[in-house]
Parts: sequence; C-alpha cells; structure tokens
Amino acid sequence: MTENEKILSLLNSVPDPEVPVLTVTDLGIVREVNIISPEKSVEIVITPTYSGCPAMDVIAMNIKMVLMKNGYRDVIITKVLSPAWTTDWMTEGAKQKLKAYGIAPPGNTRQTDRDVLFGEPAKVQCPQCNSYNTVLISEFGSTACKALYKCENCGEPFDYFKCH
Amino acid sequence: MTDFILHLADNALVLGHRNSEWTGHGPILEQDIALSNIALDLIGQSRNLYQYAAELMGNGATEDSLAYLRGPEEYKNALLVEQPNGHWGKTILRQFLFSAYQFPLYEFLSQHPDERLVGIAKKSIKEVTYHLRWSSEWVIRLGQGTEVSNEKMKDAVKELWPFTDDLLLHAESEVKGKWQKRVDEVLNMAALEVPKDVEMIRGGRDGQHTEHLYKMLEEMQYLQRTYPGVEW
Repeated sequence: MTENEKILSLLNSVPDPEVPVLTVTDLGIVREVNIISPEKSVEIVITPTYSGCPAMDVIAMNIKMVLMKNGYRDVIITKVLSPAWTTDWMTEGAKQKLKAYGIAPPGNTRQTDRDVLFGEPAKVQCPQCNSYNTVLISEFGSTACKALYKCENCGEPFDYFKCH
Repeated sequence: MTDFILHLADNALVLGHRNSEWTGHGPILEQDIALSNIALDLIGQSRNLYQYAAELMGNGATEDSLAYLRGPEEYKNALLVEQPNGHWGKTILRQFLFSAYQFPLYEFLSQHPDERLVGIAKKSIKEVTYHLRWSSEWVIRLGQGTEVSNEKMKDAVKELWPFTDDLLLHAESEVKGKWQKRVDEVLNMAALEVPKDVEMIRGGRDGQHTEHLYKMLEEMQYLQRTYPGVEW
C-alpha cells in the first residue's frame, strides 16, 4: 500500500457526523491528499456539501484526530469550494449503505434535474418497501442535504438524500 | 471589488439572520425547517464571501470582524433584506424577490474573470435553485389561496415593492431582465398585480439603511460588542 492509499483508508474510518453510516470518503468530501513530508506532515483538501454545512468543522477536526493518532504530527486541512460538490461523487457502495440505513440515496443529477418552477419532483424509491409510489413532503429535511418524503404504499415517512 | 463582495456577503447574512428569526416560530414544522435551512445556506454563503473579502482587505480583517464589528453605515446590503419579517406571506415574498435576483446574479458571476468568485457562485447557485423554487411556489399558493391570504400578499407587495429598485440598482441589464421576467410570471400566476409608478427608496449599498438594520445589528452584534473576542 502506498502512503497515499494508507491515508485514504484511515480517512475511510471517519464518519460523517450527521449521516454516521457514511464516511467522509464515501461522501466524496475528501478531494486531495498531499504528502508534504512522508509519515509526518500531510495536507487534506476537503469540500463542503452545502455552503452552510455545520458539520464541516467537526469533520475537519475528526480527520485531524485520526491522522494524529496514526503518527502524523502536522495535519493541514484546506477547504475548497471549486469544483462544487455533487452527489455524483458518492460511491455506489455508499448509496447501498444509505438505503440499508433507511435514507433513499440520490439518483444521477442529470436524470433528476428539474426546472426551477414546478418541475416534477424526482421519483424516489421507498427505502423500506421499494415502492415508487412516494410523495414529496418538503424539499428541506432534517439536514441541508436531505428532503422529506412519504411512501404511499407502506405509509412510512423517510429522508431522501437530495441530488445536488 | 471588495465593496462588491461585501455587498453580496451582507445581503446573504442579513437575510439569513432575518430568516433564522423564524426558527421555532414557523407556521408548521416542515416550513419552519425549510426556512431555517434557507437561513443556513445564506449564512454559509456569507461566510465564504466574508472570508474572501477579509483576505483581500488584509489588515487583520476576519469573517467575524466583518460581520460583528461593522456598524450599520458600513453595511452594504440591499434595503429589501433588512425589512422585518412581518407575517409569513411577507417573509415569503421578501425571499422570492431576493432569490429571483440572486439566481441570475450567481449565474452571471459563474462567468466572472475572478476564479474565487466563480467558485462561490457555482456552489451557491445549487442552493439558490431550491430557494427560488420554494418561494415561487409559496407566493403562488398564498396569492391563489383564500381571500385573506390574497389580501395579505397584496399588502406585502405594496410594502416591499418600494425596495426593489434598490435591490437591482447596480445589477447588469441581463440580471435585471431575468428578475423582471420571473417576478412578472410568478406574481401573475399568484393573481397579484405588479405595481407601477411606485416611489422607490434607495441607499442600501451606500450605507443609508432603514432603522430596521440598526435594531437587527444591535441584537446580532451584542455579544461581540459587550465581550470583545469572546468564543464559545
């Protein structure tokens, strides 16, 4: 394993504080790993999901802690905005994990782009019973990245991780 | 350039703060959450913009000093966003008039020669798409709703319209055109008239604010003014 891969696998143990079933690498938040001095100093480049995501500071701190525990004395966290984060960067495995956790995973952004006014909402599959007979309750859910849906088939309300 | 970035940042912060005043007071839980989410997006956008402005300004400026230690005369936000929340319909209309401006503005800035600004614009526009859709749908829902809701929306249009000129004062003609088109379309669908020949109130960008901003900042900046440098 190269040092870069080793660091990435360490980062793959850092959960997202708001959706703890996903790690920061699952989400595609980690953009770059730059080794400044082998086994000592490293720069991790991360990007926020939403501009106001309140989890970013906790994520930065957790990444630092994991790397310091593993011998890196100097960990620099750099935040970038460009290119803007998209759910297309979420891994397939991550989408499976989300579904098993009870959150409907995002589709492909191109499929679900809708018009600014009155576009049809995305057809979302219920994570409980797999029915597509679901309705949008609110485009704003418990966190910035989720919308609230309800399944008309099994009656369960559920979170949908929005395409972004 | 710094003035322009501060104008963008102040718009986002002031409206974000206003919206956050609804947290825990929304008419129903889902809409309380929606408006709080929008507040969060806007405050997040303002942070990105303040951080950039602080870098350009140097001299020890930080995002916090820009938000908490500037007086109302130094704020460059549009007068529209500092107007008090009023009833739910007025808050919705204020959000709609603003998002209808912010959306084409960020579209325009996505082509700006300044790379940092492009990064912020491209990031923010994804969020603003939701704000514009949500507020458009609500304006129509309330305008077409009951006699009472329609009356309340008419009052809100009357109260807020005088601030629209100030909102668009420095906007490029492309942005203005898109704003006008969207506003005409939505108000029309909402059975609301687009006012004509209204006396306009201007001055936000030059620091000439309504009394409402003074009161808002007094509360927002209280902690930093009373205990300078205090941290959680």
